[in-house]
Amino acid sequence: MNVNAFLAAYGVRILSAALYVLLAPLFGGLLAGVDRRITARMQGRKGPPLLQPFYDVAKLFEKRRVSVNKLQNFFVVLFLVFLVFTGALFFAGGDLLLFIFAFTLAALFFISAAYAANSPYSAIGAERELLQMMAYEPMVLLTAVGFYMATGSFQVGDILFAKGPAVASIPALFLGFCYVLTFKFRKSPFDLSTSHHGHQEIVKGITTEFSGSSLALIEIAHWYEATFLIAFVALFFVWGGNPWSVLLGLGVALVVYFLEILIDNTFARVKWQLAIQSAWIVAGTTGFLNLLVLTLVQGGAGWLS
Amino acid sequence: MAFLKRSPWMIHYDGSSCNGCDIEVLACLTPVYDVERFGIVNTGNPKHADIFLLTGAVNEQNREVVRNIYDQMPEPKVVVAVGICATSGGIFRECYNILGGADKVLPVDVYVPGCAARPESIIDGVVKALAVLEEKRRALPPRARRGRRAEASAQGGNA
Repeated sequence: MNVNAFLAAYGVRILSAALYVLLAPLFGGLLAGVDRRITARMQGRKGPPLLQPFYDVAKLFEKRRVSVNKLQNFFVVLFLVFLVFTGALFFAGGDLLLFIFAFTLAALFFISAAYAANSPYSAIGAERELLQMMAYEPMVLLTAVGFYMATGSFQVGDILFAKGPAVASIPALFLGFCYVLTFKFRKSPFDLSTSHHGHQEIVKGITTEFSGSSLALIEIAHWYEATFLIAFVALFFVWGGNPWSVLLGLGVALVVYFLEILIDNTFARVKWQLAIQSAWIVAGTTGFLNLLVLTLVQGGAGWLS
Repeated sequence: MAFLKRSPWMIHYDGSSCNGCDIEVLACLTPVYDVERFGIVNTGNPKHADIFLLTGAVNEQNREVVRNIYDQMPEPKVVVAVGICATSGGIFRECYNILGGADKVLPVDVYVPGCAARPESIIDGVVKALAVLEEKRRALPPRARRGRRAEASAQGGNA
């Protein structure tokens, strides 16, 4: 394959992944800034400047880093690298299953980092993060299966060019996925392991033992994460490679994010038992029923393929 | 660039305060004063904090605790003594268990007088502390400023 053929085949994918790697921190940081503003308004406050998350991260790079164990900082770097890789896979139109496995691996590095610090607070945070993973993973996997059932492919690149929006055949899975998004965005009622850094807490859970540049990297990793989660929500609404459908998806994703903020401000944190039970019940009902109906109605994979 | 001034995170510890100053500190976070406007976050974690707000006098029981919190904060950091008790011991000064103000155990950078200190003066004190914080940042050796090679042992061995 010569260079031109290679570019013709993969140029758009590489470009979109590269744009993600470059622009995601910008988007994610702004999203966090808007989040803090809206949260403040919901509480009757004025709130910080829009660019506050960027100031926070820049500040953290100015601070000294205190680490109990050098390994913890290495794990944090791996956490960031794998989150960037996860998002790049998605934006390059890659495989949804690979995306989910890379995502899980990144989360595991974060948990390892917290365990490496060997402090009781961060160990509790790490345990709770594991519980959260148990809670949301089934739903995320079922969602990938749902995309396959709907469009006949696990490839994001193919799903973008399906005959109709995936949400038309997996609406219940969409709702279920929105439910577990609360875990991933670290919002109440499911912010068990740690809450967002703008929020006030007694002890910071999984991020307790990170300071300075390590904490800054965690924050940047969360920006990357938020960006591809928004894109994942948008994927439900995209079809036929239509740019308007991409805008529609983005709009819906931002509405979903606004609802997350609203829920964050109106719910107290729940116990871990309820978090896991409710997430599994939601996955079991929405996921199972949707897939069952899809199997019975279309009799095979992909009426949108 | 000095981003410390734009994002000071504080930790608040109640020494042997009557709770008056503590309520005023928390009042700073309410919609009326809303210190988050200045990027100030009340963190409960010394490792994330830049400013140590101490209310109440220091006593025999908590001198270790106060010292421990201070040691766990990464450089650069400042200490603000809020209220007259944290400044000098106040009316508890003569008590058998009271050591005195916060400066008996910590290098205090800003003293905020008052009984109880009003939210306005606490915010004023924090803003003054930001100038000190910036000075301290400049005084740090460049390598430490970048956050490299700063290990727990240099922080008083609190690991």
